Amino acid sequence: MRRVVLALTLATLGAAALLLTWGVDGHWDFALPRRLETLAALVIVGAAVAVATVVFQTVTASRILTPSIMGFDSLYVLVATLIVWSTGAATALAMPPLALFALNTGVMLGASLLLFRAVIGDGTRGLYTTVLAGVIAGTLFSSISGFLFRVMDPNAFDVLMADLFASFTSIDTTLLAVGAVVLTAAVAGAFAMARRLDVLALGRDGAIGVGLDHRRTVMLAMALVAVLVSVSTALVGPVTFLGLLVANLAYRLTGTHRHGANLLVAMLVAAVALVLGQALLQHVLAFNGTLGSLISLVGGVVFIAMLIKESRR
Amino acid sequence: MTSLRGRTAAVTLGVAAAVVALLAVASLAVGAATLDWGAVLTDPEQLRLVTVSRIPRTAAVILAGAAMAVAGLIMQALTRNRYVAPTTAGTIDAAGLGVLVAVLLFAGASVMAKIGIALVFAFAGTALFLLLVERLRLREMIMVPLLGLVLGGIFRATTEMIAYRANLTQTVQVWMNGDFSGVIEGRYETLWLAGAAAAAAYLMAHHLTAAGMGREIATSVGLPYRATLAAGLGVASFATAVVVVTVGAIPFLGLIVPNVVTLLVGDNLRRALPVTALGGAALVLACDLIGRLVIHPYEIPVSSVVGVLGAGVLLALILRKGNRFARA
Amino acid sequence: MITLDSLTKSYDDHLVVDGVSLELPSAGVTSIIGPNGAGKSTLLSMVSRLLGVDAGTVDLDGLDVHRAPSREVARRLAILRQDSHTPARITVRELVELGRHPHSKGRLTPACHAAVDAALARCDLADLDRRGLHELSGGQRQRAYVAMVLAQDTRYLLLDEPLNSLDLVHATALMQLLRTLSDEHGTSVVLVLHDINYASVHSDRIIAMRDGRVVRDGTPEEVITEEALSDVYGAPFRVHHLDGDRIAAYYR
Repeated sequence: MRRVVLALTLATLGAAALLLTWGVDGHWDFALPRRLETLAALVIVGAAVAVATVVFQTVTASRILTPSIMGFDSLYVLVATLIVWSTGAATALAMPPLALFALNTGVMLGASLLLFRAVIGDGTRGLYTTVLAGVIAGTLFSSISGFLFRVMDPNAFDVLMADLFASFTSIDTTLLAVGAVVLTAAVAGAFAMARRLDVLALGRDGAIGVGLDHRRTVMLAMALVAVLVSVSTALVGPVTFLGLLVANLAYRLTGTHRHGANLLVAMLVAAVALVLGQALLQHVLAFNGTLGSLISLVGGVVFIAMLIKESRR
Repeated sequence: MTSLRGRTAAVTLGVAAAVVALLAVASLAVGAATLDWGAVLTDPEQLRLVTVSRIPRTAAVILAGAAMAVAGLIMQALTRNRYVAPTTAGTIDAAGLGVLVAVLLFAGASVMAKIGIALVFAFAGTALFLLLVERLRLREMIMVPLLGLVLGGIFRATTEMIAYRANLTQTVQVWMNGDFSGVIEGRYETLWLAGAAAAAAYLMAHHLTAAGMGREIATSVGLPYRATLAAGLGVASFATAVVVVTVGAIPFLGLIVPNVVTLLVGDNLRRALPVTALGGAALVLACDLIGRLVIHPYEIPVSSVVGVLGAGVLLALILRKGNRFARA
Repeated sequence: MITLDSLTKSYDDHLVVDGVSLELPSAGVTSIIGPNGAGKSTLLSMVSRLLGVDAGTVDLDGLDVHRAPSREVARRLAILRQDSHTPARITVRELVELGRHPHSKGRLTPACHAAVDAALARCDLADLDRRGLHELSGGQRQRAYVAMVLAQDTRYLLLDEPLNSLDLVHATALMQLLRTLSDEHGTSVVLVLHDINYASVHSDRIIAMRDGRVVRDGTPEEVITEEALSDVYGAPFRVHHLDGDRIAAYYR
């Protein structure tokens, strides 16, 4: 366990060094600040997605569900779209990015808890119905967003696009700082409830049996997930398969059910994957493609391989 | 029970036909230009409007809707899984990848060539999906479409990366969003092929039903199982490929319509197929009308409308207590 | 003592538990029997607060089970359901340690370690404690769950059909373990059982339910009779006396 963490920490540092220094020819004062920002964004997003996924998988008792598969990213996009659409371009533009982020996150928090209540309900619905409902809810949200894109005024649309689909290489610095603060708080929260999450793995009845306030713990966990998804989506837009990939790699590496270990290792794996992926994208693939597509591709293949291997047992 | 189902089927078929007819008339009447019904036969301008734009559009919508719904029905019967459809089996995304490859490799490819290449991809993608499903021992109903969605995601990511390189991102977005606004005479006729595919499915309905019972039963009644499976998938892939190439992808149609229809008239393909075709046509006609009316004279692509309505309906179906979806 | 006062539960108009009032003793082995759909498991779920009540209360030594903090209840009452969810990648010891949650919130004290070791030993799992739960056989896994609720160290131990998925040898061993626990430790064991003969041989008291109501309540001598069982199950029974036990036969 200690060796795994050490190795991953070294790998993260190595990948970071690679990203920061690869191909900088002389213009350090120009390249370094920009690359540092990219690095920070990658690490923040990676950590947010990793923690959100591990927590979410425990709550839903599934190793193949992620907030993103269940439509949380699409929900964030929809919330942002609704806000810009209803306030109009001028107001949205006048709003500081920070206020917009806070508003988005607030609405997202409420909406995701509602979604979770509606879909998971009292827990009597089977897991698989829940999954399907989540996937379809995700499509519903992105369809409504797509619908609103068409009917909204073009100026508002531009504001929204700039707001939603920033990439790892062009990021608002204030938002980055806020993202870092919110992330730190949420991650600390996740580690603080790590032992309760361990118990949650017993399922609802088992957890109540040993005296866990199941409802409250689940709601708290889902609130954390909503905040973390908001952070990562606000910074770089939806990243579909990253969480799935890193959470499952982390379980493999730690070989334990303890959340203290899995949360930490998943964060490190995500950081390595994103930073290394971005470095490769910049230098080997010469920016030909987006990190999101790359991750979908690799993550999708890994997911299917896992699914088939798992069904063999 | 059987006779009751039979009667329900007959009534449903009649109702569906009437609804399609009504919606078709409405579809003929709505458009950016004003149509004066009384003058159609006398004023050549008005007649041209009807024959060049309104009739082709209405026909296109009916054909595409019917074909996609039938494709879904076939796939569900063959895989014995209610969640499998062109959207959830990677078929649509594979077809999209095929269109991109066709455009890149054969710059001035004809529509038929594009359909051909998209068909190859759609068929190969769906076959890959089935192979993977076969290796998936854990046959929980929902794992199957989840696998399909992820496989579709891989196809889409590949498409995106190639499109990004070739600066075609915008173009791909247009294909993947079904839209009938470009339909005029001379640019939709390939869709009749999709209609023909649906008719072919009707002719082989008995074989498909038997194949849907599984390899053992199909073999024991003397049916070449693999060949029937391939033929059924071929028809579904063909319908999907034609629709994607001609008007773009329409999500969910193959999932919702067959599920609602079989809920009403039962699983017998020969009985369910015509109702499914009409149901698909009616749903897309209605969605297309809504798309044309909401921000008239501009349009919202039909795929967005189907996405919102379709996903909404499906979600309600699944979350309703005590239904057959909830038992999965 | 656990006092149930007019507990009622219905699902969609269908009354599953119909105003059940009874007292579960603070010692001994109590079995609940009855045909499928009699409401046994539902009753047990309500007593252990896994399921909310439509009406009625459950009083656990002065604690309202449905209102008191869950942790307070968990220190006095443990519940094992038949369809326990198996967490991935958990070892037997880790699972049993989760049983200490109500006492330690996950930070194990020396007393916790002692309780875990004792529970593992009792369930004959001391040598398997580092194994992953998924590597065990069905019987061993069931014993691991029993060890978890034992480690919880409660006055009351509720089990819902614990013999399901166990073969004859393991089923008998588990019943003996529960009997010993009650005799030596003073634990009150309450179980829902399908096999009336296990109930007959190992219980101090048997509660028979039918259609959401308690229809018989007494010692095995009072409940395991041809007349009572035929009434409870609506089918003919023969009761034989074998080596001092009452054995019901219902095979012909």
